[in-house]
Amino acid sequence: MYVAVKGGEQAIRNAHCLLAHKRRGNTARPELSVTQIREQMFLGVARVMCEGALHDAELAALALKQAAGDTVEAIFLLRAYRATLPRFCASRPLDTGAMRIERRISATYKDIPGGQQLGATFDYTHRLLDFALLAEQEAPKPPESAPARADACPHIMALLAREGLVGEERARAENEPPPDITREPLAFPASRAERLQILARGDEGFLLALGYSTQRGYGRNHPFAGEIRVGKVDVWLEAEELGFCVPIGEIEISECEMVNQFTGSREVPPQFTRGYGLAFGSAERKAMAMALVDRALLAREYGEEASAPAQREEFVLAHCDSVEASGFLSHLKLPHYVDFQSELGLVRKLRRDRSRR
Amino acid sequence: MANMSETPQPGYNFAYLDEGSKRMIRRGLLKAVAIPGFQVPFGGREMPLPYGWGTGGIQVTASLITPEDVLKVIDQGADDTTNAVSIRQFFERVAGIASTTRTREATIVQTRHRIPETPLEPGQIMVFQVPIPEPLRFIEPSETETATLHALSDYGVMHVKLYEDIVRHGHIATCYAYPVEVNGRYVMDPSPIPRFDNPRLHMSPALMLFGAGRERRLYALPPHTEVVSLDFEDYPFEIQRPEAACAICGSTESYLDELIVDDAGTRRHVCSDTDYCQARVKAREAAA
Repeated sequence: MYVAVKGGEQAIRNAHCLLAHKRRGNTARPELSVTQIREQMFLGVARVMCEGALHDAELAALALKQAAGDTVEAIFLLRAYRATLPRFCASRPLDTGAMRIERRISATYKDIPGGQQLGATFDYTHRLLDFALLAEQEAPKPPESAPARADACPHIMALLAREGLVGEERARAENEPPPDITREPLAFPASRAERLQILARGDEGFLLALGYSTQRGYGRNHPFAGEIRVGKVDVWLEAEELGFCVPIGEIEISECEMVNQFTGSREVPPQFTRGYGLAFGSAERKAMAMALVDRALLAREYGEEASAPAQREEFVLAHCDSVEASGFLSHLKLPHYVDFQSELGLVRKLRRDRSRR
Repeated sequence: MANMSETPQPGYNFAYLDEGSKRMIRRGLLKAVAIPGFQVPFGGREMPLPYGWGTGGIQVTASLITPEDVLKVIDQGADDTTNAVSIRQFFERVAGIASTTRTREATIVQTRHRIPETPLEPGQIMVFQVPIPEPLRFIEPSETETATLHALSDYGVMHVKLYEDIVRHGHIATCYAYPVEVNGRYVMDPSPIPRFDNPRLHMSPALMLFGAGRERRLYALPPHTEVVSLDFEDYPFEIQRPEAACAICGSTESYLDELIVDDAGTRRHVCSDTDYCQARVKAREAAA
């Protein structure tokens, strides 16, 4: 009779053993290597790094392999590993103006200093299945005429700001340490830095849906894709004992600056505002969605009505993390006999009371 | 505290968390003990188990446990439910500590949804896994609002909710996570224990600690704290009495799980607390 709750230990072992076996699949086929995932599934790897909040392509690829391609599970694996790493210091702010551009587009100007550069993109591809990929084939060659590398690519937003067309944003003081949402509990209202940290780790699907909802009128904020840039930037550390900065490496990032309208107020003339998105790797969908949500969450700062879901800070920040959300969802699979039993008892009692009436 | 040399899991600190994180959690727990029933925000860490599966309780246990401790982990009152097994194995792996299923032998009891039937003793620590620490959450979803209500001791909304239950159903229709008032001040969620267990919180000789990992909150009941389940003079708090006896040990005092044992829907009841049940069976066998 006790079978229902006994034998948990052996059952768990068997389940994990079966999972490992299924993950490997048919052993007559070569095993998928972490290097293959890292190099040929790099967009998936970028998403795991971004939402896993750890820039390590090797480990992100490993997580994807271990998770058998389940992105949310891979993100969780990387997050849990990340939580055990020591934190030495914060880097200097990334100088994205000095990015070695791989892709850079603006939807607000036809021509811009530094030029538009498409880079590698799915945009303008016709989404037709390429059946040739079913068979292994000769490796595609890079384009013959590589675009000249743009050297000076000032931020579009900076050009607008020079004209005084962009609203001022409160910057953190130079000596004020950045907040760290992974170390300190969040209190509401959150600062913009905290919000951006949470959005950067936030689930792409959730942010995409929220950003989309603003486009459909739930907290509309008139966005223009001022600039999207993808490329490599150096990461600099200030070595305290040395008193100067040293580069510790380069990372690939995607940055999006949305130009949003602000009607102004009695004191402030009409001007543009900025929604900001940043993601590891080539991840412009994430960066764009993040920028829309960032701008929506600025409603309070700009004195706008904040009634749409994307504008509600507590709602967005408390629910955008896939690790938290999938954990709490999956806990429904845990036994709830005790609570269910008490509900069962109550419902039976209420029904008895009712039939007596 | 224990050092790295005692680490059974290479590459990780004793009990998984680094000592700095443990100190941070213990500071939070000290504050929680000093203000019974108050939810203390803490910088919850990501654990290698999913949120919602006891990460708050695991962090509390990890911050407290020493190599000398004996740990008992229960889920739904039972030591052998899958998640209890998993959490116990986690601590055996990362802390190499001894574990037990006997309530009396444990120095720390981590639990989900139950308080053991066997009375706890001074010196023991109960660690509760908490999904939603905020007792007002399902009345008021905003954290900013509920924080204000707690600060002002404004618990009218909770009484209105209980009153509406009575009007609608003739009873208070909260069966688990039944709200309590702690030390005459804070209204607290006792975690989703059945209200059958609520009286065990009152004046408990054991320290009771509550950890909510996803929500990043800690709270506590120091030993011998007054804990009152909310009610009305004309509708006093009452527990649901079991309507059957345990099919294994015959207890009519313990909280029972209902099992459906055949296609005809025949119901049997067994103790949810497996240790209590087995101890009674052993005692009966010894007496026979």
